[in-house]
Amino acid sequence: MTSSSTKKIRQALGFLFLRLCLALVLAAVALFLADIISRGSSSLSWEFISQKPRRGMTEGGIFPAIFGTFLVTAVTALLAVPVGICAAIYLNEYAKKNRLTRLIRLSIRNLSGVPSIVYGLFGVILFVNMMKFGTSILSAGLTLGLMTLPWTITASEEALKTVPNSFREGALALGATKWQAIRTNVLPYALPGMLTGTVLGLARAAGETAPIMFTGAAFALPFLPKSLGDQFMALPYHLYIMATQHHDIAKVRPLAYGTALVLIIFVLGLNLGAVILRYRLRRRHKRF
Amino acid sequence: MSDQPKIEAKNLDFYYGAKQALKSLNIACHPRKVTAIIGPSGCGKSTFIRTLNRMNDVVAGTRVAGDILVDGSSILGPKIDVVELRKRIGMVFQKPNPFPKSIFDNIAYGLRINGMAGSREHLEEVVEKSLVEAALWDEVKDRLKDNAFALSGGQQQRLCIARALAVEPEVILFDEPCSAIDPIATAKIEDLIERLKSTYTVVIVTHNMQQAARVSDYTAFLMLGELIEFDETKKIFTAPSQKMTEDYITGRFG
Amino acid sequence: MTKRTLRNLQERALRAFFLFNGIIAIVALVGIFVLLLTSSFPAFREVDLFKFLSEKIWDPTAPDIPLYGILSQIVSSLMVTAVALVIAVPIGIGVAAYLSDVAHWRVREIVKPVIEVLAAIPSVVIGFLGIVLVGPFLAKISGRTHGLNALNGAVLLAVMSLPTIISISEDALSAVPSAYGEASLALGASKWQTIVRVKLPAALSGIIAAIMLGMGRAIGETMTVLMATGNARSFPTGLFDSVRTLTSNIAIELGEVPYFTTHYYALFAIGLVLFLMTFLINLLADIFLRKYQEHEL
Repeated sequence: MTSSSTKKIRQALGFLFLRLCLALVLAAVALFLADIISRGSSSLSWEFISQKPRRGMTEGGIFPAIFGTFLVTAVTALLAVPVGICAAIYLNEYAKKNRLTRLIRLSIRNLSGVPSIVYGLFGVILFVNMMKFGTSILSAGLTLGLMTLPWTITASEEALKTVPNSFREGALALGATKWQAIRTNVLPYALPGMLTGTVLGLARAAGETAPIMFTGAAFALPFLPKSLGDQFMALPYHLYIMATQHHDIAKVRPLAYGTALVLIIFVLGLNLGAVILRYRLRRRHKRF
Repeated sequence: MSDQPKIEAKNLDFYYGAKQALKSLNIACHPRKVTAIIGPSGCGKSTFIRTLNRMNDVVAGTRVAGDILVDGSSILGPKIDVVELRKRIGMVFQKPNPFPKSIFDNIAYGLRINGMAGSREHLEEVVEKSLVEAALWDEVKDRLKDNAFALSGGQQQRLCIARALAVEPEVILFDEPCSAIDPIATAKIEDLIERLKSTYTVVIVTHNMQQAARVSDYTAFLMLGELIEFDETKKIFTAPSQKMTEDYITGRFG
Repeated sequence: MTKRTLRNLQERALRAFFLFNGIIAIVALVGIFVLLLTSSFPAFREVDLFKFLSEKIWDPTAPDIPLYGILSQIVSSLMVTAVALVIAVPIGIGVAAYLSDVAHWRVREIVKPVIEVLAAIPSVVIGFLGIVLVGPFLAKISGRTHGLNALNGAVLLAVMSLPTIISISEDALSAVPSAYGEASLALGASKWQTIVRVKLPAALSGIIAAIMLGMGRAIGETMTVLMATGNARSFPTGLFDSVRTLTSNIAIELGEVPYFTTHYYALFAIGLVLFLMTFLINLLADIFLRKYQEHEL
């Protein structure tokens, strides 16, 4: 056999391996989604998403969990979005290349690697105990907000980076102050990108369980929360309960599947929304 | 009165970190005249013009020494109001940099941020006047609401000139204003500069020697951050006193 | 003059305000560390630090002498993570190489969103799939009664760390200057040889960073392992053992432990161990990441 044909066979085998890897990954995603969708869709109904659980959560819907997830994500956004955007403005517009800047960046990278359960522990110490917010929407939302912060900072900074420097210089050369230049000639063009990235971060936060388990999420609640000081039900925690902690797991399996499907729709819906937003804005701003 | 230079650089040094980009420059720009700065790429001509409105302040790690006088008083040092200075000394950049707003809003931008907008009528008046002055009015008067990106490169550059004129500067700095546009558009901008000098003091950086010869009254020739020769343009291009200047303008290097 | 002072004041105040928001990141990281440290400290009045790390038995509610050894949990965490990486690394690098050097751009346009979808699936859903789909499958092929074991957790963690490994490896491979690959092809090497002998070695530090980040994610993952690995406290002896990782142990016990007891503080000490492990891994990833980014310049 000539060396060139060995080469060809090797290459064919190599590419086959790469294609197999890809096929495996795609198959895993397809299998996961197909299983949840096919077995969850039978539980999905208007009643399921609009009613409270009944009879020890063996019947009824998951409305309180949907509602709770919305609320806690809103609190998360209240912390993570403004702080994330402002920190990004500092890093991209003001920061000089010095030790402090490097320290801020290092902290952000490391914060994004802290395990979610550790954020949960931190939330228990700081928000539940030290600040005396108790186990509540507020504690859980702030814990999630802190966890989301590195993502919103990074995403906002990416958005600011896409605004050409000539916008800043052009404004400054006309006698704008630095802040005027940022406010009138940078932020308006970065804002859509910031929102996209921020929504992606919030989608991830909405699906998290470990940080809210001990800071405010409740097993089951007869009433909807009335204030931020109340405990709440949340979709991811509800799924965990239905899958592992319920007294009759076999019986509630369809409800668990339904919950998983709603959670996936919720999270992927937010992702899809963000991606569509990004796509549209990219087309509109293609010119610069 | 006309003996006092509008802008005067005195022993001006400039550093990017440890690298010295300008070495003890002495250049005087006279009122209502065009001063051209020429020299091979990397000679410091853009750096020089950006020190005149303190645009280099925004570049990290830079340092300036010596002095720059505008109307006889120094513009360096922390006490100077940079924002006010940049209003007095307008700048047109190498690449046209319209903002992604309407043509009208581009011109109105400087007025609005400087609190000079006034009534709608006044604003419209200034926008029209600036566009007329920049020889762009006839081409855009029917589409002031269109996005500025819809204009051609040359029109965009004239829009940027109009934008600079709107805030009523005393000096206009041109940083290679024609390097990114075609010859016909270049000719229009050169005509414009010719007319602007009846009102304003103009400083133009260019890598195009013919352009310097056509539009300027004085020419400074820089090499590696040093001023080789500074004189009336006529003299520089007909009888330079330095061998190096002659070699450069006759195209032996650069 | 007053107008100018006012303006300067405003500009400075704004800068300080934005800086303050940036500093929150430092405060948060230091705060997490300090609060974990102070909250785990009381545990070591009763528990010997060395024994805490080296003893296998964790039984804080034992009637006579409570035992606080986390070695089993450390080994479980490491084992599940290691096996997950053994599965995910070759597949992840394979996909990354395929996407960056072989695939048609249209394939890439389709595959990338799919991988983003995978990254977006919440961990509790993956854990649930471990219970209802992957676990039963593993039980069937291994002939056991259930599949809630280390292997199940490892398979799921592998799937979860794939998006991280793929996207960062692909970035690293794409950052290799195209001249390298072209030079290799011009010398008569096949595309495959070029990928294996030129591009992968050139992108190595980025790929190592990808693996480290995937590892950090896997070791800190809670819900998936909590739901899928069975949570037995014993020291793991094999892949088909039920195991309880550091993260699972906190999740299981924090809800039931009486506040401010040694047991409570010991759980924070486990959190501190986790924090330090992931901090170290991420720091290493950072070093490798910066190496390839410098390379890029």
